[in-house]
Amino acid sequence: MSGLTLEVRGLSTHFDTRAGTVRAVDGVSFSVRRGRVLGLVGESGSGKSVTGFSVIGLVDPPGRIAAGQILFKGTDLTKLREEELRRLRGNRIAMIFQDPMMTLNPVLRIDTQMMETVFAHTKVSRQEAWERSRDALGMVGIPSPEERLSSYPHQFSGGMRQRVAIAIALLHRPDLIVADEPTTALDVTIQAQILAEVQTLAREYGTALIWITHDLSVVAGLADEVAVMYAGRIVESGVVGEVLDRPLHPYTHGLIGSVPSRNKRGSKLRQIPGMTPSLVDLPKGCAFRTRCSHADAACAEDPPIIEPGPGRSLRCFHPQLESVA
Amino acid sequence: MTTWLLRRLVQAVFVMLAMTVIVFVGVNVIGDPVEILISPDADQAERLRVIAAFGLDKPLWEQYLHFLGGVVQGDLGKSFVFNEPALRLIGGRFPATMELAFTAVALSVIVGIPLGLYAGLKPDGLLGRAIMAGSILGFSLPTFWVGLMLIMVFAVQLGWLPSTGRGTTAEFLGIQWSFLTRDGLAHMVMPATNLALGNIALVLRLTRAGVRENLGLEYVKFARAKGLSPSRVLFVHVMKNIMIPVVTVIGLEFGSVVAFAVVTESVFAWPGMGKLIIDSINVLDRPVIVAYLMMIVVLFVTINLLVDLMYTVLDPRVRLDGRE
Repeated sequence: MSGLTLEVRGLSTHFDTRAGTVRAVDGVSFSVRRGRVLGLVGESGSGKSVTGFSVIGLVDPPGRIAAGQILFKGTDLTKLREEELRRLRGNRIAMIFQDPMMTLNPVLRIDTQMMETVFAHTKVSRQEAWERSRDALGMVGIPSPEERLSSYPHQFSGGMRQRVAIAIALLHRPDLIVADEPTTALDVTIQAQILAEVQTLAREYGTALIWITHDLSVVAGLADEVAVMYAGRIVESGVVGEVLDRPLHPYTHGLIGSVPSRNKRGSKLRQIPGMTPSLVDLPKGCAFRTRCSHADAACAEDPPIIEPGPGRSLRCFHPQLESVA
Repeated sequence: MTTWLLRRLVQAVFVMLAMTVIVFVGVNVIGDPVEILISPDADQAERLRVIAAFGLDKPLWEQYLHFLGGVVQGDLGKSFVFNEPALRLIGGRFPATMELAFTAVALSVIVGIPLGLYAGLKPDGLLGRAIMAGSILGFSLPTFWVGLMLIMVFAVQLGWLPSTGRGTTAEFLGIQWSFLTRDGLAHMVMPATNLALGNIALVLRLTRAGVRENLGLEYVKFARAKGLSPSRVLFVHVMKNIMIPVVTVIGLEFGSVVAFAVVTESVFAWPGMGKLIIDSINVLDRPVIVAYLMMIVVLFVTINLLVDLMYTVLDPRVRLDGRE
């Protein structure tokens, strides 16, 4: 238990809409250890972002955490009151968002937005809060942080803004950072720089990271473990090298097969047929069966979670043993 | 900044010049003041003497140039009726209208913004919906009717508030003000409320729409993810973004409250500029009409200038001279 920063057990987050209950997250379990990176992979609408927001306690109505436990260093976050959650947010658990153009408040200066985060969790002088903000900016590789502190967000480029957001997340040296597709909106070169920096920082401070993405190449380079989500469930998880080299779930197969660089030049790009199913009143059984070439009558029942190897889990009746072509 | 200010001032001069032409031609079309000013039994010699005294015997363009010449020296002409400089006449009524307008705008901010915030935070609650429904009454009921109803209820039936005039005034900076005495304040309650109602509704709806829009934005979620208290998220992060449209509207509304206080001032017999202008139009007192309208133009230009300056304070992305 000691090294476990976060353990999520059977988490279900539902949205009650007029059309019915959307089971955005449906019985998800995973854990992240100190200093390790978990890649949470899936298509749009697979529930990966909602999982992230559930962990940090920012699921807004009509959404609600319907079941499960979120154990953060042994404390169940689903049992905490809003004020107790607020004290953890930005302090012990931080979050980085997808679009750096939208996350910073356009009309407040960077120093205001950083120092208020310091003041929200500690009683320090303005001078000290300012120094901490400056150091955090320097740490994420922003040149001349003293001057940049008095700038406004629109005076930064996208990559620089994301660095500012990361610096804000790092202000209190959190135990856990939930990063929701933080590099998706950035140039590839900036993406690579930020990935490298985040990885170093996480290692250095023993921060656990949940990296939500749809980009398998990012996961391959950054994560230690990976969990693949489909229609609100984790269909396969394990150590990154194993899952990506020997995927067992047909969906993971499909995902890996869809990466363009893996295909031979001139050959047709592979794709997974069909679309992600609507999550409103999803029928019983494997949600992927309508798009799966291996599906049969058995798939109409919920597949049990099996453990094909140490640290690996799988939800499928038909594990694929041959390697991805 | 300085070039911007200069450019704005030059623009303002041209706006005012255009305004004088329109007004001058306009008042000339409405009617002949001589018919009203001279008693019907005056003889022809008397008529001609008066016409010459007012300078109405000259062609319009000459009258206009003569007027412009006066403007340059700070003289907007003398009232035909009171035989006093038009500017001094308006100046005497100016404080009464201004204090009424200021109070009305202050009321619309003090009442409108909190109600709007509440309605924006709780859009589905009973009170939130009641506020929105009430705001529709706020700007659809005609001012004069609301004014009469206020008098009916609070002055006639209940006898709580006085219905006419400014009440006792006290001097401050050489000007008489009503808001400095209890009696004056009591006299101001109804007209100010009457004038404010429409603006309260406007500010309220604008604030609510801003809250609804901004709460859904990513920066709010990020601010919450930083662990900020809900009050800081609302009053610092959201509020500063909402204030940009609200300030614009308040600025423009202030102008129209001053310019169109006419109705309220007539209903409550408030001795402000609105009443003066109505009386002047009735007797075709041209210099007063022209001076009044010019003053309103100056007021609007000044307010717009102040609103633009406020923008730079509220929104760092706005730079007045278009440079970073």
